[in-house]
Amino acid sequence: MGVLVKTRDWVDERFPLMDTWNKHLAQYYAPKNFNFWYYFGSLALLMLVNQILTGVWLTMNYKPDAELAFASVEFIMRDVEWGWLIRYMHSTGASAFFIVVYLHMFRGLMYGSYRKPRELLWIFGMFIYVALMAEAFMGYLLPWGQMSYWGAQVIISLFGAIPFVGEELALFLRGDFVVSDATLNRFFALHVIALPLVLVALVFVHIVALHKVGSNNPDGVEIKKNKDENGIPLDGIPFHPYYSVKDIVGVIGFLILFCIVMFFAPEMYGYFLEKDNFVPANPFKTPEHIAPLWYFTPFYAILRAVPDKLGGVAAMGAAIVIMFFLPWLDKSPVASIRYRGIIYKAALAIFVISFFVLGWLGMQPATGILTALARVFSVLYFAFFLLMPFYTKMDKTKPVPERVTE
Amino acid sequence: MGNDGADNSRRRFLTNATSVVGAVGAAFVAVPFLSYWQPSQKALAAGAPVEADFGKLESGKMMVVKWRGKPVWIVKRTAEMIADIKAVDGEVADANSKVEEQQPKYCQNQLRSIKDDVFIAEGICTHLGCSPTFMPEPGNTPVQGWKGGFFCPCHGSLFDLAGRVFSGVPAPTNLVVPSHYYLSGSDTKVLIGEDKKEA
Repeated sequence: MGVLVKTRDWVDERFPLMDTWNKHLAQYYAPKNFNFWYYFGSLALLMLVNQILTGVWLTMNYKPDAELAFASVEFIMRDVEWGWLIRYMHSTGASAFFIVVYLHMFRGLMYGSYRKPRELLWIFGMFIYVALMAEAFMGYLLPWGQMSYWGAQVIISLFGAIPFVGEELALFLRGDFVVSDATLNRFFALHVIALPLVLVALVFVHIVALHKVGSNNPDGVEIKKNKDENGIPLDGIPFHPYYSVKDIVGVIGFLILFCIVMFFAPEMYGYFLEKDNFVPANPFKTPEHIAPLWYFTPFYAILRAVPDKLGGVAAMGAAIVIMFFLPWLDKSPVASIRYRGIIYKAALAIFVISFFVLGWLGMQPATGILTALARVFSVLYFAFFLLMPFYTKMDKTKPVPERVTE
Repeated sequence: MGNDGADNSRRRFLTNATSVVGAVGAAFVAVPFLSYWQPSQKALAAGAPVEADFGKLESGKMMVVKWRGKPVWIVKRTAEMIADIKAVDGEVADANSKVEEQQPKYCQNQLRSIKDDVFIAEGICTHLGCSPTFMPEPGNTPVQGWKGGFFCPCHGSLFDLAGRVFSGVPAPTNLVVPSHYYLSGSDTKVLIGEDKKEA
């Protein structure tokens, strides 16, 4: 026996190394018909690793102090060896993370990946999404630019809309009467330690849940219904090497696009790094036009569409919470869009358009016609979820095959 | 749990008692962890009243002082501005400052001030905490037909020069007027952040 095999066996007697490897990779059977849309789970994992790695490096030179924070980011950009690259990997990574997560969620909507028995898998995923939003929001305060400052001031003020305890709660979250050094320092602690731990734990249970119920697929049929004499799904192939290799292809394609943005347009024309954030935070002057980063703007547009403070905050919260209930809103007899009728296809198309239009509106000033538009598309956004129990029942579906198609 | 003749009710009692005591302990330990987030003594000390002297402020202009880290505005209003305020009574949501938390008693009037020509308010929008922009000129405003006042760039809320919120904007209430009083023997020195003590 070779040394490697001996070492492996030595470890195996003390730790379930091969068991784990087989259970989750070499003998984890995934449907053989995965397509393009199945890249984004592994890409999200890649982005998590990127954010943690570059984040740890950034903390080596970043100073979480209202007097020093802005200058320390500029120091990283100008004076630290390769500091600009690490910082751009982190800032571009944040937006890229949201892009792949949104595509991953859209995949779930198309193929019914949230449906029984994957409800809990979907809910864990939603918790990851919420934790990711908190992580991104707190991270955006750290450069201590004008947008950082006023964005945080607005978002924390949202809690002030809660009746009775709101103002006290906002004071508690800030640790001061306005966003200040105290706020910056605690956001740093949460962004760098608390939320990453939560995220990693959630990703872990997300994957454990996935491997318990097995992956869905573009046909939305359960491969576990048809097994061979050894109990292996007839339409399944081992994750490793088949999908580990496929995912590497995805990673290469993704990294090419990622690098193009990172090297040639790291600010993405104000979409990934906003112009006003190159001005140090000034608690006395709000910028002419403030908007959150693109991944929050659909919800921001919904907030502004409601002409009432508490109502706006409630609508924004509801826009996120309602997604948790998706598994129970969908009453269709079929899972995948391939076998659904025209009504669901139209509803999903309208929903995606609404999400994009709201995202665009959230970046614009809230005036006249734009506010009216935001109201129309907010209603469409909610209609997708609230009317789902009805239109998925009415929809004319096609017969679902017994086995996955090629 | 094994059934080897053990007294199960005794085990259950001990388990429950331990759980209850543990939960009480956890609740006590939560206090320091949560209190840690409250404003520190330093932040509270920075909230102490500040003195401001607007003796050099020209009529029609505004100055800003810092109190509790927030901008506090002092505006010297012209007779014209005062007339403009009185003219928009019908367009503002709370013309007579009925919402009590927004100002101290002695400013609960139409002009929301102690002296008619001097307006003092916290420069923080009552919607989501942005700092509105001072726009005294009726001509240069982003909203048609508006006589000027304070405009919040974040979500488009409008206030008049008494900090009264216009109807139909996102901000729910008038701007906050902080406690303040004129220092004895002075017409231009105010202490912001405290009510006048009874002599």
